[in-house]
Amino acid sequence: MTQRILLTGNGAAAWGARLARSDYIPAFPITPQTEIIESIAAWVEQGEMDARLVTLESEHSMVTAAGAAAATGVRVFSATSSQGLLYAMEMLYTVAGWRAPFVLVNVSRGLSAPITLEPDHNDILAARDSGFLQLHCATCQEVLDSVLLAFRLAEDRRIRLPVIVNLDGFYLSFTREPVNLPDLGSVDSFLPPFDPENIRFRASAPISQAVAVLGGSPYSYFRYETHLAALHGLGVYDEIACDFARTFGRRHPAVESYRMDDAQWAFVMIGSFATKAREAVDRLREIGWRIGLIRPRLLRPFPVSTLRHLCSGLRGAAVIDQNLSIGFGGVLHGELCAALYGETKAPRTLVSFIGGLGGRDISDEEFFEMAAVVRRAADAGQTPAPRLLYTEDELRELRTLQAVAHSERNDLGARSKTT
Amino acid sequence: MNDTAFRRMKDLPSTHLLGTGTPMCAGCGGLEALHQIYDVLGERTVFVNAAGCMTLLSVYPFTPFRGSWLYAAMASAPAGAQGIRDALDILLAHGRIRTEDDLQPVVLTGDGAAYGMGLSATSGAIERNLDFLYICYDNEGYGNTGQQYSAATPHAARTSTSRGVHGYAGEKKDLFAIWAAHRPAYVATVVGAEPLDLARKVETAKRLTGPRLIIALAPCPTGWDFDPQDAVAIGKLAVKTGIWPLKEYRDGQIRHTKMPHPRLPVEGYLKRQGRFAHLFAPQRNEKLLREIQSGVDRYWQQLEGIRAAPGGGGACT
Repeated sequence: MTQRILLTGNGAAAWGARLARSDYIPAFPITPQTEIIESIAAWVEQGEMDARLVTLESEHSMVTAAGAAAATGVRVFSATSSQGLLYAMEMLYTVAGWRAPFVLVNVSRGLSAPITLEPDHNDILAARDSGFLQLHCATCQEVLDSVLLAFRLAEDRRIRLPVIVNLDGFYLSFTREPVNLPDLGSVDSFLPPFDPENIRFRASAPISQAVAVLGGSPYSYFRYETHLAALHGLGVYDEIACDFARTFGRRHPAVESYRMDDAQWAFVMIGSFATKAREAVDRLREIGWRIGLIRPRLLRPFPVSTLRHLCSGLRGAAVIDQNLSIGFGGVLHGELCAALYGETKAPRTLVSFIGGLGGRDISDEEFFEMAAVVRRAADAGQTPAPRLLYTEDELRELRTLQAVAHSERNDLGARSKTT
Repeated sequence: MNDTAFRRMKDLPSTHLLGTGTPMCAGCGGLEALHQIYDVLGERTVFVNAAGCMTLLSVYPFTPFRGSWLYAAMASAPAGAQGIRDALDILLAHGRIRTEDDLQPVVLTGDGAAYGMGLSATSGAIERNLDFLYICYDNEGYGNTGQQYSAATPHAARTSTSRGVHGYAGEKKDLFAIWAAHRPAYVATVVGAEPLDLARKVETAKRLTGPRLIIALAPCPTGWDFDPQDAVAIGKLAVKTGIWPLKEYRDGQIRHTKMPHPRLPVEGYLKRQGRFAHLFAPQRNEKLLREIQSGVDRYWQQLEGIRAAPGGGGACT
């Protein structure tokens, strides 16, 4: 029977791993993810979860162990954040190449330098091309559900790739929301035991995995094969999401669209800040805007045709990136432009906004302003350069911090000269 | 002390398990050791490899191994062994595989990974008391990339990144001591040129559980600059000159398994290798030769108690 309880995003991720009957949890602590492995460790110690949790000495080793265990045929769950994900980056590419299916939760956090604890999406987007599929969550319920969906997706024999489930640090990881906890029986019927088929190490059936290749031809073949498997994920995801809706009564489409039916304008963004965009849509609708929200949940494989369909006929859209590709701009903006280029009914105006870096808030007023900028741009027929969201108040506060820094430095300099 | 079945040379395995025709160089001391090690370990093994020369053993679609193989990455082969061991244990505990399907994870890396990048992962695996075997083939440099110096390079050796008249300024890191300081189940040094000693140690390691680590000195014709046919002779000289002590660590004790009697002057070992040619020509570099010899002397003197004869050879009789 379904239970409704208050859970943090981290708690929801841990429950997802538990309900999925994960066999093996290679772990390494990092803020803001740590609560996930602490929860699982407690369950394992108390005998409430039949799994083995092993703390490795780094995320690089953690992902290696995760991939190796998945390649031996057990169900593997792991979690990390930010610097940890980047420390493991070599192995993200490697274990995806092994075609080792497992689920890794990333609790997004801005990257150093400067070092911070608060969220943005540069960490997860650094893994964009690794071969891991990616699911992006906006609510705690979605985190739990996505972990279950991710195991089905990863283990599907048409795919066989690891999957990252992403949630935003602090905004989701430490925020309590009511979450429907599915009963184990339903989860078991939705997610049967992992069948490793031929990907496994057994004495009676020796195999070599991840061997070297000589030359570009075999290399290209295996890379193409992995890419095509990831693309299968689009159709397979839809199947799995339907099955999930039938089993649990909750729909999690590859792309969430909110009030898009008659929309002329849209916000496009991923992650928990999209709930703010949703709120802004309602407010703008009240004053007569035909505006909606497009929120890709599945980012790899990239749901190109769904996005084309949703954007078809729009006059303009604000693409809000909670990341910054230094020297380029917003990653999602670039990807959406690529998806829509050449489509006859694609919106002429896609304006790029960078916001929410390092947990910086995006206020209602900023959403309204972004909508207005898009409208003016569409009317003028000219797309403005990407906007880096920052308010006058913020700048004033930063100037104060700078003044303090300068005065401290001068003060210190004066003192060191006198001694 | 030898409690294995290997009492004399004729007791060594006569069937050879590792396939031939690999891309290793002619005279590779690492491959020589691996052949012998594999004959003792057998095919119920999964080799977890880190970036190095032996990554080229398994090149699609060929492998010389009768058992299994996983290429991980340079820094994390022990973590790969951890994942496999843990997964097999989980499967065994739940009866999801038969006990006959169990495998022994064997980490196989060069000195580049073992002495440097992979040391943290190895330390972690030992501290977690992982039941695995680690084989390091030590050719004393980043051999696969053309023998740049590594943390395993001996003092004064010429490498691709230490081409000056003094060779490599640093000292070879004592990986045996670092590993032994973790108090694992077993640590040993071996060399392919001493097959009986090697087989006994691998057999001992095979019977134990927990972390077991073996460093095989791997005379390297291309990296050390000698004729491939001299590989065995150079391996034997490494032992007879005392520069490569054959020893094992077990139950908190270090035991030397072959005492060089008489201990030959280290020059005889150095002279056979182009990487030390600058010590002899255009003129002898007495200072460096003395440094190397006294380093070896110090090792054995500390071991056997201080003796009166520094330098030269045959100090310990």
